Amino acid sequence: MAGRTLDILMIEDEPNIAEAVNFILMREGWQVGVHGDGAGGIEAIRAARPRLVILDMMLPNRSGAEILADLRADPDAAVAGIPVLMLTARGHTGEEAARADAVLAKPFANDDLRDMVRRMLN
Amino acid sequence: MSQRSANHILTGTRIRERRLSLARRQADVARAAGISPAYLNLIEHNRRPVGEDLVARLAEVLEMPADELAEGREEARLAVLREAAARLAEGDAEPGPIVAQAPEFLARFPGWAGLLITLFRRADTLERQLVALSDRMRQDPYLLTTLHQILSAATSIRSTASILSEERAVPPDWLDRFHANLDQDSQRLSVTAQALVAYLDSFETEGAIITPEEEVEAWMAAGARPVEESDDLVSDAALALAADHLLRMAEERRALPDATLASAAARERDPMRLAARLDRQPDLVMRRLAALRPAGFETAGLLVCDGSGALILRRSTPGFPLPRPGDTCPLWPLYQALAMPQTALSHLVETPEGRRFRTLSYATRSQPDGTDGPVLSRAQMLILPPDAGMAETPATKIGPACRICPRPDCPARREPSILAMG
Repeated sequence: MAGRTLDILMIEDEPNIAEAVNFILMREGWQVGVHGDGAGGIEAIRAARPRLVILDMMLPNRSGAEILADLRADPDAAVAGIPVLMLTARGHTGEEAARADAVLAKPFANDDLRDMVRRMLN
Repeated sequence: MSQRSANHILTGTRIRERRLSLARRQADVARAAGISPAYLNLIEHNRRPVGEDLVARLAEVLEMPADELAEGREEARLAVLREAAARLAEGDAEPGPIVAQAPEFLARFPGWAGLLITLFRRADTLERQLVALSDRMRQDPYLLTTLHQILSAATSIRSTASILSEERAVPPDWLDRFHANLDQDSQRLSVTAQALVAYLDSFETEGAIITPEEEVEAWMAAGARPVEESDDLVSDAALALAADHLLRMAEERRALPDATLASAAARERDPMRLAARLDRQPDLVMRRLAALRPAGFETAGLLVCDGSGALILRRSTPGFPLPRPGDTCPLWPLYQALAMPQTALSHLVETPEGRRFRTLSYATRSQPDGTDGPVLSRAQMLILPPDAGMAETPATKIGPACRICPRPDCPARREPSILAMG
């Protein structure tokens, strides 16, 4: 991820989901990076400084909600303000996900994902 | 003690009467209940006490409810009627007068009383099943993990399948990966879905044991036999927990042998004084009392929690409200003890059903990794029947867990109950 600014950093522990999402977004011309664990999530965001974070809610070691709280509390305003698209189970859109800029329930249609990311990046 | 002795006399006589009424031989009943004929003979002649586990086994062999065998049919039926009156009183109706009429109702209308008892028992069973199922659906870690796996596999399959059907000119190396992913995810979905169906099927079995902790609890209640002989231990996790428990039990038995403890307990009923007389740590004495259950401690139960409050040992006692693993009542004195290590806390507690228990809670702290290591806390609560004369003593009103506790005004409530309140 070093050396070139990412458009999107995806934090998702399911490699097959990450691969499919990566392919979909890459085809739109966006540069995508993937971090596969809750642990080290906030550090990966700080290092990559992407334009958008796609964050899974249920992650091992550190949940998406905790990473989002870390992000919003980051002393660097540019990092704290990075928009976040939260991937979550349907119905699991309560207080924990409320601080995300957008929420997409799994399983999702690829077109919905594309449209949402396009709106958030533009 | 005199009341307990009287109950034992009645119980032994009832067992004999029931066996004779079925025209069954003493040796056959004894064998079916897993005891020797000589021991059953002593019980029937009221020369040996009979514990709740054995009453339950004998009741099954003699084909009658355990409570009727233990308490007598009329007493048991009256107790059910009183409980039904207290719990089913509608609106603002005071249950007191209805409860008082229970003996007359039973005497004058035995058929209707029997019908009411049957209906109440059925309703009670269904309510317990509902609570257990609701509790399980909400907090069962296995269920939550399994559903998450299914959702992840479904998400991956949907996105990948859409790519394959909608995207044009997918490079061959990506095609290969997506096909492999589809194969992998569909297999994962299939296996996980089958496991989920098997798991949900087990819900239909009344009183089915699900979690490893509950398997171990049932195994201990059945006498903690060698793990390879137990029908209660099914999962690998439960087998490992039980084996570890047996090792610790053996170590503690060496530190405080059965004969030493039984002899001392016959002369001293206060566990703290008992510990002082035996020159042993109070927590060891409490665990050994709950394991051995010597005379005077026949129904002793024990709960042990770690510093996070998670229960790591549950040795149940009749009537004490234990919820499914994962959620408990914050008012259990066990948790107060965590804040006051090395101090014995004696509390009288009362369950929502009005049952009272004398509890003794004691916490310890240790640093197994040395002075630079973490401080580990552990608390345990010995659960005993109340002493005579405690009927009017103020008691801490506890419950099983907020979600399945009917107390509406509890100051420690952290979430609404799914039960009817008030």
